[in-house]
Amino acid sequence: MFSLDTWKEILKTIQKNKLRTFLTGFTVALGIFIYVTLYGMGNGLNNTFMKFFGDDATNIFRIYPSQTTLPFGGYKAKRQIEFKNNDLEAIAKEFGPLMDYITPQIQRGAFVTFKNKSDNYTTRGVAPGMQFAEKTIMMKGRYINAKDVRDRTKYAVIGRMVEKDLFQGEEAMGKYIDIGGSAFKVIGVFQDDGGDNEERFIYLPYSTRQLIEGNNDKVNQITLAFNEAIGYSGAMKFQSNLEDFLRKRKVISPKDPRGLRIENVADNLKQNQQFASVLKIIISGIAFSVIISGILGISNIMVFVVKERTKEIGIRKAMGATPRIIISTILLESIFITAIFGFIGLALGIITLNAIGGKVLEDDYFITNPAINSGTAIFVTILLIIAGALAAYVPAKRAARIKPIVALRDE
Amino acid sequence: MIEIKNLHKSYKMGSNSLHVLKGINFSCEAGELVAIMGSSGSGKSTLLNILGMLDELDEGSYDLDGVPIKNLNETKAAQYRNKFLGFIFQSFNLINYKSALENVALPLYYQRVGRKERQEKALKYLEQVGLKEWATHLPSELSGGQKQRVAIARAMAAEPKVLLADEPTGALDSKTSYEVMDLIQKINDAGNTILVVTHEEDIAEMCKRIVHLKDGVIVEDKKVEQVRASQYV
Repeated sequence: MFSLDTWKEILKTIQKNKLRTFLTGFTVALGIFIYVTLYGMGNGLNNTFMKFFGDDATNIFRIYPSQTTLPFGGYKAKRQIEFKNNDLEAIAKEFGPLMDYITPQIQRGAFVTFKNKSDNYTTRGVAPGMQFAEKTIMMKGRYINAKDVRDRTKYAVIGRMVEKDLFQGEEAMGKYIDIGGSAFKVIGVFQDDGGDNEERFIYLPYSTRQLIEGNNDKVNQITLAFNEAIGYSGAMKFQSNLEDFLRKRKVISPKDPRGLRIENVADNLKQNQQFASVLKIIISGIAFSVIISGILGISNIMVFVVKERTKEIGIRKAMGATPRIIISTILLESIFITAIFGFIGLALGIITLNAIGGKVLEDDYFITNPAINSGTAIFVTILLIIAGALAAYVPAKRAARIKPIVALRDE
Repeated sequence: MIEIKNLHKSYKMGSNSLHVLKGINFSCEAGELVAIMGSSGSGKSTLLNILGMLDELDEGSYDLDGVPIKNLNETKAAQYRNKFLGFIFQSFNLINYKSALENVALPLYYQRVGRKERQEKALKYLEQVGLKEWATHLPSELSGGQKQRVAIARAMAAEPKVLLADEPTGALDSKTSYEVMDLIQKINDAGNTILVVTHEEDIAEMCKRIVHLKDGVIVEDKKVEQVRASQYV
């Protein structure tokens, strides 16, 4: 069945029927190509979701204060809620065992100068825990530590882009920069997988920021990491207990839709992952339909091929070809064509994915690194080859059963 | 070589049944050159198809070289055809995308003869029919007579017991017809058994025996003085 002669015979047939070979091959290649590209796009979309939510820790609550809308506990409506340092201490005291760390955040825009270069940057007054919450990666030096917070040091940890733009290739470590009129010493440079914008932040000890702003104890926002051991349901329960605790402490009506808000990153991530996976299922469905129509295409062409070659099959049978030989030759031919063109489509698809996986797609269509894993790609190609064989088998079997006399009469 | 007893064959045409062969008794020795004659509809092609195992008989018996040909499945029939029979068709039936040599080698391929031996044998038979120089040409590049000679070489290549020719000169002019008959006579002279179906009187007289069919029965079976085709060539 796999002798050199058989292959010579098949190659000869393919050579002599170029158009037909091309049509069959084209259907197969197109099917695989579309499947690979669509599937890759789906993956790219998924990657974007992962990127949006994957660069920060996921065991995080972010607590934002806002204005109340209902009068409560003797206070009027439209009262601005503010967190203070002692709120953090109270939370730590109440929920200590459930928590990994807690950090305030005081975000301020600032005009930052080094030598004759200056620009506007966002500064964040934080505690050491923020490094884990933001998954900040230190390139040089160190992050803000507890001693910095306690001593209210004028130390700054700057992003990679800040160093690049402000220092113009000069070493930033140990240098002093002017942040909104105060000199800060650069003690660290960081990078962040969240992209360039995240690398334009400047982190300061929150206590230093409070000192600059008139030695107050106000905090914009609280970021809190729960112990991952408590699990998803534990986190949900913690969230609702925390909200109750804070509403009571800050005297906010339990019915007030505003006043404070706790953002649960884990919950957001879960919802978005669900959305992404539904999207992926839909795309896979479409891609699979394309494959199915590719298979139908092959079946159609193979039926035609066998019909077209009825007379030739008759001649071969008169010359002593057994049905087995007839069937295996047609099958091998079909498998050979689908295999070759399947891999061509596969290669083209992968090349296309690589070519389009650029910045424009990422920014405008939320598709990051579109790719198909090799396992899926090869599985689909093999599936199509098997389908090609099955598609050829039915007409081949019928051809082999035709009486040679009938086939020879066929003009 | 061939032994047929009380052969019946009918075809279903819708609800009607057409009784084509109505009890044929026929035998043929090795080395004979037999013409089967008859007008169209006499059943001569049907008889040849049954002899060639291209069609099945309904009733009666058929022995070929002492082997009963009965209830063959497709595989067995293909093997017997390959071993026992060589075919020459009116419309040549060459495979149009294969060269003359490859066409001749085809039955050998199905006999699983090795590639080199196949080429040699095919070339030898092409030489016998005088087309050695045309070995690499496609059928479309050959004249009708040449095509038929390639077909004869192909039929010979498998070294069959019996050659079956169905109107071998039907598509050829008379000069080319005589050339083909000359070749057939020479092959017969070398000891091969050949059956020729024809409706042409002059072609039949170039055989050694004429069997007349009419309405599905043999009406005449006579030995004749062979007219050599070479005198017309």
